[in-house]
Amino acid sequence: MASRLPITKTPKCYVGGAFIRSESGRVTALHDAHGNFFANIPQCTRKDLRNAVEAAAKAGLGWAKRSGYNRGQILYRLAEMIEARSAEMAEAIALGGASDAAAAKEVSASIDRLIHYAGWADKFAQVLGSVNPVSSPHFNFTVTEPMGIIGVIAPDEAPLLALVSLIASAITGGNSVVALASQSQPYPAIVLGEMLATSDLPGGVVNILTGQRSEMLPTFATHEHIRALSGVANADERKQLKLGAAESVKRTRLQKSEDAHDWFADSAQGVHEIRELIEFKTTWHPIGA
Amino acid sequence: MPKTPVKKSAPRRASARELVFGDLWEFDPAPETADPKLKKRYDLFIGGEFVAPKSGKYFPTISPGNEAKLADIALAGAADVDAAFQSAQKAFDGAWGKMAGSERGKYIYRIARLLQDRAREFAVAETMDGGKPIKESRDFDVPMAAAHFFYHAGWADKLDCLAPGRRVAPHGVVGQVIPWNFPLLMLAWKIAPALAAGNTVVLKPAETTSTTALKFGEILQEAGLPPGVVNIVAGAGETGAAVMTHPLAAKVAFTGSTEVGKIIMRSLAGTDKKMTMELGGKAANIIFDDAPLDQAVEGIVNGIFFNQGHVCCAGSRLLVQESVAATVLAKLKRRIAVLRVGDPLDKNTDLGAINSREQLDRITALVQSGVDEGAEMFQHACKLPAKGFYFRPTVFSGVTQSHRIAREEIFGPVLSVLTFRTVEEAIEKANNTAFGLSAGVWTDKGSRILKMSTELKAGVVWANTFNKFDPASPFGGYKESGFGREGGRQGLLDYCKLI
Repeated sequence: MASRLPITKTPKCYVGGAFIRSESGRVTALHDAHGNFFANIPQCTRKDLRNAVEAAAKAGLGWAKRSGYNRGQILYRLAEMIEARSAEMAEAIALGGASDAAAAKEVSASIDRLIHYAGWADKFAQVLGSVNPVSSPHFNFTVTEPMGIIGVIAPDEAPLLALVSLIASAITGGNSVVALASQSQPYPAIVLGEMLATSDLPGGVVNILTGQRSEMLPTFATHEHIRALSGVANADERKQLKLGAAESVKRTRLQKSEDAHDWFADSAQGVHEIRELIEFKTTWHPIGA
Repeated sequence: MPKTPVKKSAPRRASARELVFGDLWEFDPAPETADPKLKKRYDLFIGGEFVAPKSGKYFPTISPGNEAKLADIALAGAADVDAAFQSAQKAFDGAWGKMAGSERGKYIYRIARLLQDRAREFAVAETMDGGKPIKESRDFDVPMAAAHFFYHAGWADKLDCLAPGRRVAPHGVVGQVIPWNFPLLMLAWKIAPALAAGNTVVLKPAETTSTTALKFGEILQEAGLPPGVVNIVAGAGETGAAVMTHPLAAKVAFTGSTEVGKIIMRSLAGTDKKMTMELGGKAANIIFDDAPLDQAVEGIVNGIFFNQGHVCCAGSRLLVQESVAATVLAKLKRRIAVLRVGDPLDKNTDLGAINSREQLDRITALVQSGVDEGAEMFQHACKLPAKGFYFRPTVFSGVTQSHRIAREEIFGPVLSVLTFRTVEEAIEKANNTAFGLSAGVWTDKGSRILKMSTELKAGVVWANTFNKFDPASPFGGYKESGFGREGGRQGLLDYCKLI
């Protein structure tokens, strides 16, 4: 029997619920740990980022209005989609040189992380909000609201788990996301996009771009419709991102890439991660006849 | 939008007669005469002592109500700010950092009590230094400042309840810069939660309003607060920059304009300091046709003329439903005509002095832009004192969203009136701003209050009230109005780190 030539996949970015190549037409060749050519990854530009922000803005309004229960089910569905294709995802991680065992562990942890946040979706508002005992005849209460569009900047370390953690803490709170995948290991993010597409998550709520940090970060910093930045960056990048953020009083939640992170730890997840990416609104409602 | 039932028009009758006194009868002056116990000269409060600035430089502080000089204030240079931070760090590493929360709380309770004891004295000093009416400093600023200390004192031994599942710890030394509109109250908003969480503080009051902050140093001495826990340095922007950028500041908290907030954010971009920013606003005060209109008019007046409009959350954009716009405007003008503008120390004064000549110039220029851009201006025709900085309560009608007076924070007694027809249009217009600090909604319908509150992009929403504050109620903005909260559980957590 003649050997069959397999069909290789063209990696594409997941933006606005569709799979796109960069508008620039540029790609970066991705090699496996042995140096063999694997595929070409889109090298996105600031124009791709702007398009993604537009998609996130459009989808974000509806996502913010979904009930916590509904958001929780969709996060759970995403976990189901990854679980079902965990072997494929593990291979995507192993491509970067991780052992099979380490890759499988990262996939499992990513799935469990989504389950963790799925459970928070209809609870964090109770834990973070409050009824406030004011000294006047008002029912005074504080609720959480999403900030809007969050720019997620993923590290190279734990290319799937870190990305999933950063995305999940943002969308659980009702935000939409434009994420930049790990520059050196973008392929797990490409596969994640394919799983997001089958997860019931409305298109545009999560958008994932691949490309060069040095090209993309300046626009992440200054794009006024991105209301917060969440991710991992080195000292120069943090300074650049914060300088840009100042122009529109953007919130920044940047961890240091020079510090060691245990993305697997319980402390890397939780309601306080959600708190970093929400606003508090306090209403004074009159009490009276 | 579901239309509210249109009330059948009442049978036409002659409008009720009203007595118009004009300037026929003057009110007798009713000045507050309590002694503010001001010193001729105020030194910096560092390490629990009042110390002269290393440069030997002092600057005068005047009363904006009559331009008379009140005192000389020590100007803190970089070396003084550094001494303050060293002293704060020492206190944090020493007694204060090791103290049990319950003991820390008792110091904060003492501060609250001592402030209550000397409330009238502080109110008079506040009014003389800042220009606000004595009835506001006496009935609002000082009691609310004491309330903030009292509320936060009780938190000091209950921090375990702040962040479920996590333990919290103080940041260390906190650098704080506050504005001139509520000098003592902003000090309380900053210092009370910082201390409750176990931090130590270097605070800089605004250059035009330093006296009550430095008088507060006396209260700290009376309370026996360990040296260095709170340090107060006076000066202008340069001193503020030194406080914000000092290497020992683990966290900085700023209240002031969005413009300066951005400058601070840029200057700290290369650092890992935690920040909270409470910046400007351009709040919409939204009046629906079913609102209790007389009550709403009182709310509009309170929203924009409270503290001469020097309020970041002031209701400076009035959005009135078209069907009642003419009525509301007429009622508003009648109400404004009886506002009393003048001597801040007079107990009958509604609007006192503008805080500084600089601010008066800024208000004047923005009002001129309103006239130039074609809005229709109404001003109270009152007499203004010959000396001091005063501005007439001003209302612009026919304002469009593109006018500068509808977009920029004026920080003065100037109201811009816009109209809307539907709920959707009200929401759209209210949110059409880079700010997002506060908003007001006036309607008889509870469900509409909650609908509006859900849709408005603002950190605080007042329903059938305006400019209400409480230590238990978190305050702070969306968008370019800043980030972080002050007050309540949420605000206190911003002074802690999770461990």
